[in-house]
Amino acid sequence: MAALTEEQSMLKDQAKSWAAEQAPVGKFRAMRDSGVATRFEPATWEAMVEMGWTGIIIPEEYGGSDLGYLTFGVVLEELGRQLTASPLFASALVGASAVVLGGSDAQKQAILPKVVDGSEILTLAVDESPRHAPKQIRLRATTGDGGYTLNGSKTFVLEGMSATTLVVIARTNGEAGDRQGVSLFLVPADSEGITRTPMHTVDSRGYAQVEFNDVNVPADALLGTLDEGYELASAVIDRARAGVAAEMMGVAAQAFDMTLDYLKTREQFGRVIGSFQALGHRAAELFKNMELSRSCMEAALQAIDADADNLGLMCSLSKAKMGEFLFEMSNQLIQIHGGIGMTDEFDAGLYLKRARPLEALFGNQAYHRDRYARLSGF
Amino acid sequence: MSEAQDLEAFRASVSKWVSENLPPSIVGKGMDLEGEASDDVKADMDLWRQRLAEKGWGAPNWPKEYGGAGLGHPEAKIIAQEMAKQGGFNPIPLLAGMGVTMVGPTILEYGTDDQKERHLPGIASGEIRWCLGLSEPNAGSDLAGLSTKAVDEGDHFVLNGQKIWTSGANISQWCGAVVRTDPNAPKRDGISFVMLPMDQEGVETRPIQLISGASPFCETFFNDARVDKTDLLGDLNDGWSVVKRLLQHERQSQTAAGGRPGGPKESLADKAKRYVGTNDDGSLTDADLRTRIVKQMMAEQAHGLTVSRITAEARGQVKVSAAASILKNSATAIAQGNAELQMEVMGSQGIGWEGHNFADEELENVRDWLWGKAISIYGGSYEVQNNIISKNILGLPETTQKG
Repeated sequence: MAALTEEQSMLKDQAKSWAAEQAPVGKFRAMRDSGVATRFEPATWEAMVEMGWTGIIIPEEYGGSDLGYLTFGVVLEELGRQLTASPLFASALVGASAVVLGGSDAQKQAILPKVVDGSEILTLAVDESPRHAPKQIRLRATTGDGGYTLNGSKTFVLEGMSATTLVVIARTNGEAGDRQGVSLFLVPADSEGITRTPMHTVDSRGYAQVEFNDVNVPADALLGTLDEGYELASAVIDRARAGVAAEMMGVAAQAFDMTLDYLKTREQFGRVIGSFQALGHRAAELFKNMELSRSCMEAALQAIDADADNLGLMCSLSKAKMGEFLFEMSNQLIQIHGGIGMTDEFDAGLYLKRARPLEALFGNQAYHRDRYARLSGF
Repeated sequence: MSEAQDLEAFRASVSKWVSENLPPSIVGKGMDLEGEASDDVKADMDLWRQRLAEKGWGAPNWPKEYGGAGLGHPEAKIIAQEMAKQGGFNPIPLLAGMGVTMVGPTILEYGTDDQKERHLPGIASGEIRWCLGLSEPNAGSDLAGLSTKAVDEGDHFVLNGQKIWTSGANISQWCGAVVRTDPNAPKRDGISFVMLPMDQEGVETRPIQLISGASPFCETFFNDARVDKTDLLGDLNDGWSVVKRLLQHERQSQTAAGGRPGGPKESLADKAKRYVGTNDDGSLTDADLRTRIVKQMMAEQAHGLTVSRITAEARGQVKVSAAASILKNSATAIAQGNAELQMEVMGSQGIGWEGHNFADEELENVRDWLWGKAISIYGGSYEVQNNIISKNILGLPETTQKG
C-alpha cells in the first residue's frame, strides 16, 4: 500500500471493518439470490452515504470532502474484497468526475450536493457495442427548440437501472470515429423516450441497455462545450479506469488471501498442500504479480490527484496490469481450491464471475496495451 | 524548513558540487563490468573517484567515521540522480567489487569496531576490491552443503577447499568466505564467515570463460590459506546468519532493472521502429512484436513503481525490505526479456558474434543476452527466490529438505 496519510489510513480501516462486518460477500450472495432489480440493497447504500463516501472527490463547497482519487481507491479496494454491491463507483466517482471536471457552477450546485446526499445516482453512458470504444459514438443529439433531441442506444450502462441521471456521451457533429463533434449531456433517467432494460450479467451487477427515442433535454443539459467533449469524456473515462482498477485490486487481493489460506489448511498426502513446491512457487508468482500491479494501480490514482501529464498512460498501465493479474488470480483461485472451487455454495465462483466483467469495463487488456503503445509513439 | 525544502536545498548543493568537480572528459563515459575505464579517461576517472571518496559519497549511507557521509536514503538517491543528470556516475561500488553492496553493510552490522576501522574506509574509497567465496562445485543453491574447511590454529585458521563463481576473484584484494568450522554440527550450525587477503600463497584463482565470451567469474582454490582470527565476522559457527543477511543485501542490490553504466540508450520502441518499420498511423508493422514490447515496457514501469512504492512505505529509512525477493525475480525477468526482444527487433543482425558485418550495439547485445542468462542463476536462483517468498513472506511450510 502506498504511504497513506493518517486520514487515508483511518478511512481504509473504517471501510475494511464496515465491509467485512456490515456488507460481507454473504450479503452480496443474498442480494443475488433475491433478484432485487436495482442489484444492491438500499440499506447498504444509505450507510455509505452516511459515512460520507459519496463526497470523496467532490469539492467542499458542494458538500464533499475533496480527499482525492487515491482515497477513493482505498475505499473501492475494500468494497471489492467483499464484492459489496452499490452505485458508489458509478455515481460518486465516474458520474461525479464528469460534473466536477465539465460542469458549470450552476450544474455543480444543482447536482453535486445531491450526489453527496445520495438522492441523485449518476452513471456514465458511453459504449454502444460489446467492446469498449469511446471514439465510436453514434448516438445523435440534434439541436431542437431551445434544447437537444437524443436518438440512439447505449449498452452495458453500469448501475443503469438505479441511476437517476445519465451522463450521456453523444455525437453532435461528424461521424463515428471523429474526435470532433462529441458532446456530453446530463439526461434525467426518467425522461420521456428513454427505455431501460436490465442486462443479466454473470456477475449479478446492475447493467442496463438504454434506448433513446426522441429524448428532449433543455439547452442547459449540455455538460462542457458543444462538439468539444472528447477531451472531457477521455478525462472522465480515465478516472473510471483508475477507479475500477482499485476495485479489481480488492477482488484479486481477497482471492489471493482465500487461496493462501487454503494452501495452509488443506491437507493431502498427509501434508498441507502449500508445502508442495509446485504450489508454493505458484503462490510466490501470484504474490509478485499482485505487488507489481498494485504499484501501477496506486500510481494511476496518484497521477490523477497530481493532474500529471502522463495521466492517460498511467491509467492504461493500471487497467492493463490489473486486468492481467486479476485474470490469472481468479483462475488460480478456482484451480487451487479444486472441486470445492467449482461449487456455487463456495464463494470462489463469485470472484471469478466478477473478474471478467471488471476486466472488460472501460477497456480490456488489449485495448489498453494498444493505447499505451499509441501514447508511447509506436 | 520542511523536509521537502531541506531536500531541495540539498539537491541544489549536490548539483553545484557535481558541476564543479565532475571532470568534463568523463561525462557520459562508463566502465566495463570489471571497473576499467578506457585509457584516455583513466586518470580523470580516478580523480573523480578520489573527490567522491573525500565527500563520503562512494557509500553515502555509511557513517562518516568509516568513509561514508552519514546520509539517509533520500539524500543518497538525490546524489545518484544529480550525477546522472550531468552524465556522471559513482564508480566506487563497481571498483569495490562486492564491497559497497554486500560486504560493507554486513560488516557494519556484524563487525567489531576494529574490523569496521580496518575494512570499511578502503571499500568506501573504492581502493580495495572484495570478492565473495560462497558457492562451491557441490554447494550451489544448497549453499549450506559447503565443505571448504577452516581449522583452528590458535591465532589463525587454515583454509582448504574450493570456491566457484567468485566474481572478480583474480582482481580482488580481499575475500569474504563461508567455511565449515564444525564438521560435526548440523550443516547450517557449523559454518563461519571469515575475511582473508587474496595476495597470499595459499590462494589461487582461475577465471572461467562463459558462453558470452567474458570471464567475470573464477574458481578459487584455498590450499592452506591463512585467515587471521581478528577477521572472523560474527560469532564462530554463526556464519549462516551472517551470510543470510549478506544475501539479503545482495538481493537488495540486484533489484534495479537497469543495465550497464553509461549514457542513455535508445528505447526498445524506437529501436523497433528503426529496424522493423511503421504503418501509416505510426504503429509498428509487426503487431505481435508491438504487443510484446508494450508488455515489456509495462513490466519495467511496474517494477520501477514498485521500487518507489517500497521506498515511500519505508518512509526514508534505509532497510532491507521483505519484498526484495520479488524485486530480484522481477528485475531478472525484465533484463532477460529486454535482451531477447532487442535481439528479435534486430532480426538476423542481432545474431552476430564478431566482425565488421555487425554494428557495435548489435555485437554488444548478443553478449548481454548471453550474460543475462546468469541473472536468474546467481545470487540465489529464480527458484530459490520463489522458495524464499513462499516460506518467509507468505508463511508456507518449507518446500525443501532440511539438512
